[in-house]
Amino acid sequence: MTSSPKDRRYTKEHEWARLGDGEAMVGITDFAQEQLGDLVYFDLPEPGAQVRQHAKLGEVESVKAVSEIYAPLSGEVIEVNQKAMDSPELVNQDPYGEGWLLKVRPADASEMDSLLSAEDYDALVATAEGGQH
Amino acid sequence: MSNPYVPNTDGDRRAMLERIGVASVDALFDDIPAHCRNPGLTLPPALSEMELARELAQMAARNRSIAETPCFLGAGAYRHFIPSVVDYVIRQGAFATAYTPYQPEISQGTLQSIFEFQSLVCELTGMDVANAGMYDGASALAEACLMAVRITGRERLALLSTVNPSYQRVVRTYAEGHALPVDVMTPDGPALSEKHACLVVQQPNFFGYLEDVEELERRAHAAGALYIVVPEPMSLGMFRPPGEYGADIVVAEGQALGVPLSFGGPYVGLFATRREHIRQMPGRLVGQTKDVDGRTGYVLTLQTREQHIRRERATSNICTNEQLCALAATVYLCALGKQGLRRVAELCYHKAHYAAERIAAVPGYSLPLTGTFFQEFVVRCPRPPREVNAALLERGIIGGLDVSEQIDGGMLLCVTEMNGREEVDHLVDALREIGA
Amino acid sequence: MSDGERRDMGSKLSFGRGRPGRTAVTLPDCDVPLAEMPSPSLLRDDLPLPEMSQPEIVRYFTNLACLNYSVDTGFYPLGSCSMKYNPKLHEDLARLSGFAQVHPLQPIETVQGALALMHELQGFLAEITGMHAVSLAPAAGAHGELTSILTVRAYLEHRGESRHKVLVPDSAHGTNLATVSTAGFQCLPIASDARGNTDLAALAEALDEDVAALMLTLPNTLGLFDQNIVQIAQMVHETGAQLYCDGANLNALLGQVKIGDLGFDVVQMNLHKTFSTPHGGGGPGAGPVAVKAHLAPFLPSPFVGQAANGAYVFEEPEHSIGKVGAFHGNFGIMVRAYAYIRSLGAPGLREVSENAVLNANYLLACLREAYDLPYERRCLHEVVFSGSRQRAKGVHTSDVAKRLIDYGFHPPTVYFPLIVDEALMIEPTETESKETLDAFCEAMLVIAREAEEEPELLRSAPHDAPLRRLDEAAAARHPVLRWQREDQA
Repeated sequence: MTSSPKDRRYTKEHEWARLGDGEAMVGITDFAQEQLGDLVYFDLPEPGAQVRQHAKLGEVESVKAVSEIYAPLSGEVIEVNQKAMDSPELVNQDPYGEGWLLKVRPADASEMDSLLSAEDYDALVATAEGGQH
Repeated sequence: MSNPYVPNTDGDRRAMLERIGVASVDALFDDIPAHCRNPGLTLPPALSEMELARELAQMAARNRSIAETPCFLGAGAYRHFIPSVVDYVIRQGAFATAYTPYQPEISQGTLQSIFEFQSLVCELTGMDVANAGMYDGASALAEACLMAVRITGRERLALLSTVNPSYQRVVRTYAEGHALPVDVMTPDGPALSEKHACLVVQQPNFFGYLEDVEELERRAHAAGALYIVVPEPMSLGMFRPPGEYGADIVVAEGQALGVPLSFGGPYVGLFATRREHIRQMPGRLVGQTKDVDGRTGYVLTLQTREQHIRRERATSNICTNEQLCALAATVYLCALGKQGLRRVAELCYHKAHYAAERIAAVPGYSLPLTGTFFQEFVVRCPRPPREVNAALLERGIIGGLDVSEQIDGGMLLCVTEMNGREEVDHLVDALREIGA
Repeated sequence: MSDGERRDMGSKLSFGRGRPGRTAVTLPDCDVPLAEMPSPSLLRDDLPLPEMSQPEIVRYFTNLACLNYSVDTGFYPLGSCSMKYNPKLHEDLARLSGFAQVHPLQPIETVQGALALMHELQGFLAEITGMHAVSLAPAAGAHGELTSILTVRAYLEHRGESRHKVLVPDSAHGTNLATVSTAGFQCLPIASDARGNTDLAALAEALDEDVAALMLTLPNTLGLFDQNIVQIAQMVHETGAQLYCDGANLNALLGQVKIGDLGFDVVQMNLHKTFSTPHGGGGPGAGPVAVKAHLAPFLPSPFVGQAANGAYVFEEPEHSIGKVGAFHGNFGIMVRAYAYIRSLGAPGLREVSENAVLNANYLLACLREAYDLPYERRCLHEVVFSGSRQRAKGVHTSDVAKRLIDYGFHPPTVYFPLIVDEALMIEPTETESKETLDAFCEAMLVIAREAEEEPELLRSAPHDAPLRRLDEAAAARHPVLRWQREDQA
């Protein structure tokens, strides 16, 4: 397992958030896409919607599973990654880059501090993988 | 051994028990509480194949088959000619004795024919997408109403009063679970409100006549409700499809398309909608794809809507549907084809109009409704329709449906391509005698 | 048609097969004067349907049939589906003119044979399940589930109780949960214990005055008879809730025990499973519901009763939930199920459960060395293995399933029930011979060896099927759900 990028922070539910200039990019982790398998569809809020940290943000579907996505941060949705919506395989191929899901204008950037660091997230994933069998 | 479908011999059973390591078959049922074991069933003695065939032929003979009796009933189930190729295809064991196509590599026959069915339903209704079928037209309508509730987030249903009463009852049964109020509206009655999830219109309506579907479409959409249309599929052989007048969801009873009457079932519900609503659709969908060698094939798709994946949040609880009836409809539509279906629809239209005109000319009878009708129409009888029907039956004719509760003295008659002119003339003569 | 052509069937649909002007049916001339046509604004311009001749249609669909695996062609051990042999006589019987050519709204005196059959079938099913009354109205198993739960709802409401939760074990079929939601109840999962029974502690904790019912599949989806059933029934009834049986697996219990004697209040049956009506590639089926006396007044309409003069009549139960379908249920399926019960009688039905259970336990005994058994117990009509040992070698249960196709068998149900890791659910039914079971076991044992030695063989299977693995992800990402005519493309 390669280590997760250190330029962002993570949730226990396998989402990530990366803070930029007045906006945060949100996506799902490499571990999440790996576990879910071939992704086929995302159900995400429209720009303008308000989301709350740790509340349900939307859904991701693979061929034979549906999983919920939780918001890593509170704020207003300002953009949805249309390329990833049109080609969900992007999220499988590049979950931390081209396969981001949406941009949020954070209501409180300090919420980032409550999220997991890359190291802590990797440790969580290592335990989860160990518990698989 | 009295069961001809069980191959195990006593010797097989002994060998198998030995391998399992138990002394008797009975021991395999040890988990059943002793006080309930071996209750003994009181059932008639087993019949040989020969006796069974005779017994059921006798039961069937106690019904009056409309193959031998002129019949003018419709009201949601229609007698049409079914070409032999239809039954030839659906009787094939490879179609009839397969399960739901969960393993696509060895189920392409079923999957491809469902894809054909979906395509044909789309063409017929003028809609973007159709599913693999529902139980029947009525339950399909109930599911369409629930779908409209999911899409709009509104919790009131509106049905036009001219929707088949039986369908209205089924909608009410399904609505009960969610405590959804059902408002029945007359075409010129109270307006729809912003609380209504949908407006349901049957076309032609229960009494056989065309509704002003364009005006109703405007009203539904002005209120922000979905427009659900229930067409009679044979009428779509000649009349405009609902996709052309703004329907959001189209459901229909598919029985008229090659499925025998069978005393009310099994039939198949057609269900079609616009592309943007696919993910709220109930039921199975088949999609086209490729195998690893690049050959075109078909698979069940968008299954995350369904109960086996989304479980309590599924769009419906439907699992087993009416696949073999959908196959019958598929073969029927291929066999009739572009020209045949229009021809059958036109035959129904002309014969029904001939009958209506002749009956209206009989003293005492009249046509209480005006407008354009397809193959069904209401006749006002000079005596209670119940009595008229009884008198018709004495003359060897099964008359129409008594709708006198809705229309004073009304009898709903249906004439299809199966009713020859002499049958219609016989009906007219009988009505004259009865009415005199 | 060559194998190659057959494998390419998918690329050409009915639209591409005909030619303009062809038709498969001749129709009579119009024998009445033509009526005036409606205004053209009401008529459609185009009716885009295929144009095929009769031989083309027969060949197309017959070749499609050849791409299907079916009970008539081979062993179909799909768990919880009871894919048994379907008697051929019953097909003829359902097509008798007096059954098939009868309109559902005919005068009651002209359909006494049909009503007699329905009335007797209601009685047979009540006897088999130990219940008081039966509704034949539901069209399929899940439809029967919904009917049952709505019936329970109406009963409770009639008593002035507003209970809003339904308990469903974690091993349940997805339809159970979806049914609960469709009926407007909230779904509460109940854990299974280490023996594969309902966890009594979890049940005790969940049971309160808000619980309307417990939905229990018996035998459950693990193929196991719940050993706590007597206690469960007592616990459920003490809180005033109803005990519902999903009877999808009734094949295991025919003549062995009556569902009603075990304390259940309501059960739905699947005629297309237990009573041998053909599954049709996904229906039609029928899902009759049998209930104890206290629920009978709430059953859907119609119910077939008998008048004082002996004539059969349709009746509406006093507090009926209403109608669940346009007419009276799937009558054509009822004819087949009725014929099945009449042809076997009580002793024949008992042989069904005996041999179904014997066959499943034989498979369990033959395969337990090679596949993990999650519950160390004998099973009833089906056995659930776990492919976890093979998974450790990088082979998934779906690979085992696909490899079975190469050996000429339909795969078992896979990945269900959800509480078993890499589940393989095998239901042989009573209509398979020991030779067939032995051949199947041999293939399963060879596959277990292949999983160890040549896992790639499994991962790329099937190799010998009309098509190889299909890209389901692409199908879901960019759904193509209908043909596109050239003018639309």
